[in-house]
Amino acid sequence: MDLSELDLDAARAAIAAADTLDELGDLRKRYVGKGGLAHKIRESIKTVDAAERPVVGKAVTEYTKAVEAALDDREADVAPAGPTEAPLDLTLGGHGRRRGHLHLVTQAQRELEDVFVSLGYMVAEGPEVEDDWHNFEALNFPPGHPARAMQDTLYVDLGEPEQVLLRTHTSPVQIRLMESQPPPIYAVIPGRTYRNETVDARHSAVFHQIEGLAVDRGLTFGDLAGTLETFTSAYFGKKLTSRLLPSFFPFTEPSAEFAITCAFCDGSGCRVCSNTGWIELGGCGMIDPNVFAAVGIDPEEYSGFAFGFGIERMPMLRYGVEPIKTFFDNDSRFLSRY
Amino acid sequence: MRVPLSWLSDFVTLDADARAIAEALDRLGLEVEALDAPGAEITGVTVARILEVRPHPNADKLQLCDIEFGGGTTTVVCGAPNVAGGMVVAYAPSGATLPGGFKLERRKIRGEVSDGMLCSARELGLGDDHDGILPLTDSAELGADVRDVLGLHDVVFDLSVTPNRSDAMSVVGVARDLAAHFGVPLRVPEPSVDVSGDADDITVVVDAPDRAPRFTARRIGVTMGPSPEWMQRRLTLAGMRPISNVVDVTNYVMLELGQPSHAFDLDRLRGPGLVVRLANEGETLTTLDAVERKLRPTDLLICDADRRPQAIAGIMGGAEAEVHAGTTGIVLEVAYFSPMGISMTSKRLGLRSEASARFERGVDPNGVLRASDRVVELLTEVAGAPVGPPAIDEYPAPVERERIRVRPARVAAILGVEIDGDRVRESLRPLGIAVEEIAGTDEAGDDDPFVAVAPTYRPDLVREIDIVEEVGRRIGLDSIPRTLPHTTGQRGGLTNRQRARRRVADVLVGLGLSEAYSLPLIAEADVTRVGRTLGDTVRATNALRAEEPILRPAILPGLLKSTAHNAGQGLTDLALFEFGHVFAAPPRQQLLPVEHDHLAVVMTGTVRRAPVEPDRPIDVYDAVDALDALIEELKLSRAETRTADHPGFVPGRAASIVIDNAVIGAVGEIDPSVLDAFGAPRPAVGFELHLDPLLEGERRDLAFAPLSRFPAAAMDLAFVLDESVPARAVLTTLRATGGDLVEDVRVFDEFRSEALGAGRRSLTIALRFRAADRTLTDAELTKVWQRCIDAVVKVHHAELRS
Repeated sequence: MDLSELDLDAARAAIAAADTLDELGDLRKRYVGKGGLAHKIRESIKTVDAAERPVVGKAVTEYTKAVEAALDDREADVAPAGPTEAPLDLTLGGHGRRRGHLHLVTQAQRELEDVFVSLGYMVAEGPEVEDDWHNFEALNFPPGHPARAMQDTLYVDLGEPEQVLLRTHTSPVQIRLMESQPPPIYAVIPGRTYRNETVDARHSAVFHQIEGLAVDRGLTFGDLAGTLETFTSAYFGKKLTSRLLPSFFPFTEPSAEFAITCAFCDGSGCRVCSNTGWIELGGCGMIDPNVFAAVGIDPEEYSGFAFGFGIERMPMLRYGVEPIKTFFDNDSRFLSRY
Repeated sequence: MRVPLSWLSDFVTLDADARAIAEALDRLGLEVEALDAPGAEITGVTVARILEVRPHPNADKLQLCDIEFGGGTTTVVCGAPNVAGGMVVAYAPSGATLPGGFKLERRKIRGEVSDGMLCSARELGLGDDHDGILPLTDSAELGADVRDVLGLHDVVFDLSVTPNRSDAMSVVGVARDLAAHFGVPLRVPEPSVDVSGDADDITVVVDAPDRAPRFTARRIGVTMGPSPEWMQRRLTLAGMRPISNVVDVTNYVMLELGQPSHAFDLDRLRGPGLVVRLANEGETLTTLDAVERKLRPTDLLICDADRRPQAIAGIMGGAEAEVHAGTTGIVLEVAYFSPMGISMTSKRLGLRSEASARFERGVDPNGVLRASDRVVELLTEVAGAPVGPPAIDEYPAPVERERIRVRPARVAAILGVEIDGDRVRESLRPLGIAVEEIAGTDEAGDDDPFVAVAPTYRPDLVREIDIVEEVGRRIGLDSIPRTLPHTTGQRGGLTNRQRARRRVADVLVGLGLSEAYSLPLIAEADVTRVGRTLGDTVRATNALRAEEPILRPAILPGLLKSTAHNAGQGLTDLALFEFGHVFAAPPRQQLLPVEHDHLAVVMTGTVRRAPVEPDRPIDVYDAVDALDALIEELKLSRAETRTADHPGFVPGRAASIVIDNAVIGAVGEIDPSVLDAFGAPRPAVGFELHLDPLLEGERRDLAFAPLSRFPAAAMDLAFVLDESVPARAVLTTLRATGGDLVEDVRVFDEFRSEALGAGRRSLTIALRFRAADRTLTDAELTKVWQRCIDAVVKVHHAELRS
């Protein structure tokens, strides 16, 4: 045997010169394969003196390792780019597992809740079927008061006639809150409300409101106006100005309708604001002393404000969703769009 | 309330254009819904006279009107019921334009050529009246431009008046606010009326003074005829149709001063005089609109001296004593009625009128006589009324002006403005609110209080807060500086329950379900279709959609309707969930219904996997997956399903959802007959549950245990069991038997075969054992393994399959 046959340089040169996997396969056989050069020398190791054997063994092992490394490197160079397994078309688009969508009203409600939570408000809820006391009387709508006609009421077949009803606004939750905890109270009240109305593009017998209530020492109408500007700016993500026009609600005085500069045209006039530059949002005002009296809060010690508006109105403004019925048909094309 | 600018100008001189006045009205709380310039879009519409009305040969409801229009004669087709020969009307020939850019063309209507049209008030942009053609004054010159005849160059403010502002239901009231706002004087002349003779020639008896605190009547001679052009023009602009001089005058005064009045034909009253009394049970009265009204003892009537009903007080007159072309004398009634009474009767009868709208808000009790004088003044001018006797005035308890103690410091504190006492006082005076100083107010300190004396035309001013609002209106709510509350000790945030509910929704969204909002009012059939009874339900008594009166006892019916809607659009692969309240009749002693938050899920059609794998039909395990995901998200420790049948689900393919040992809902495959009844696609699976027990269920112990570093040993066991043994029970036995050594256990195969026999199945269960503190020896493993086998065999009568 002749260790000089293990000529690493020659093997490397041959490997470097090979251009195909087939050639490299042949070289692998010739140098390190079964019956190849290294194999033959290892087979013949018994013919060597016992003292020499480790030296030979080591030499063969090193040669084999070095040649295999060179072959592997060259194979990687020569091999065609890409996987060796069959290619897959990833544009097929996956296993088709779909993601669902929160309803647009929930999305708007969460955004609004989060804005108020960041302003230090809690989120309060209440029943949808109410008694006359919470929905009307405690809110300073005396029986027979013409203001009751402002809200077409759906009554329920419980109690005395017209005693139990589907709440016409989320305001009864104000009463429940003030009945159950002392001031200070800062809360928003989202929820479903009902009116016995003819359904049209913008009105639905069922819709959602969110209402704010703040009761504390020393609250002013200026605080109300400032709160409205702060939250609408946070919600729409830009500085907005509010406009407050005197109005009437039995449970607040002074009362106002509030509008904000149109967030879509910055007040210059567009389709969303019907070219007025203003978006009417809802009603607001300082809590009427009669409401405080109904829940046992001293109006000389505390003052408060409340405001409310429709939740559907927000996405209707933002995306132009119409008619309002679209929110309740649950057409999957609509649900999965947002 | 439609207020023409020209009419306002009778009482206040405004140096501002219409747009600035509209903005001022908005800032005063008299919201301008529309600023009408009715003439702006009208061209070519002229005055014409109807010569003859002939039937339309091809249509019962249409007529042919031959008209002369100054420049000749022609024929138009008209469907209005009030056309008659001799009537003077507004004629829009072909080529004319009407509000809204509507351009007239000559066209055939049911085979007859119509050369333009005759116009109603609405078609001319004058309010909502579309019941007939608008009659013009007879003296109008044929061919004249209707814009001149009707004063359409005027501007009309269409105001939405809030229920508290009865005073603003009049031109004078609106003028008063504007005068204050612009700082100019208000001029309201006192009516000048001569009287002579004895008022006692008619009688007045008021039986119900609490309902009619002030009641006046007077006898007036009249010569009937049309009212003058200027009056007709104003009434038309204000949205009322001219009728006759007498009726027009009462309407005119109502619009001008806000005080309705009623004229009875003296000769048609039985007995010259009026009696004000409550109706008798079962009494009836035919009102001016020819409807017979059934009355109740809560309704107030104006009767003749014979006590026969002639009007429903404050709401509508009767047909019997209505003034007519032959009327020569009237009894004029002007009164103050209790607002509550008017509101009650008007609501009960569903009968609203311009008069009732004013009375129910509250007219000025101390302005009644002045309004009566104003009617007489105008009747003298336009109906030849001779000098007559004064009015009889029944006013036993005159209404005093409200005296309100006001603290300017309080005004400033509520509004959040710096305002001193003088400015508060000054802001009130132009509204007719008098200021009286309080003598010796030292003890009141810095409050600087005074007494505001409210005019009786402002019944909404009773309390200090009402005065605060007036000051706010005067200084302008928009001029109040914006501030934020100085909150102390207030911490915002969602409750744990609110956060958990959001997480439940988010998990379902992650699983591919979309959130639906269905309507909570459903039909009886929707309830029974899902196998529920109506016994415990609550219903709306007056729903406009009378076929859907039930307050839902469950969400599934609404969701199934939504799937049917989608199926109608060709969308059948659906995965929907919904949160919401459901309702059940209250227990005894409780008024309000039981209201729970529910969560429901419905999945239909196929699970999309293609093209990578084949699509497959949805199955009940998809619903169980969704449920398990919620249990996992909420880390519930005592949540399980128990096989049980539930209405609406396929028998044998449903289970109870059990949290903390209480059934909170059901999951399963929805019965195909239910799906068919809703028109929902097949197959469908789903669940519905009470949300609160889910959100509040007992949680797993989340205390951290160090993760074992020792090797695990996996092992499979196959058992043959009766079908009646639930898989969950076997797993529970294995967990209990293996104790702490069992790290994981799950079923990974289920099969049935003839060899196993009917009613039997095989379950293969994979177990993973691991100890916290050591490597398990073969001996230990064999021991625990054998214990597991023995337990299942014994407890569930199972056979081990080798």
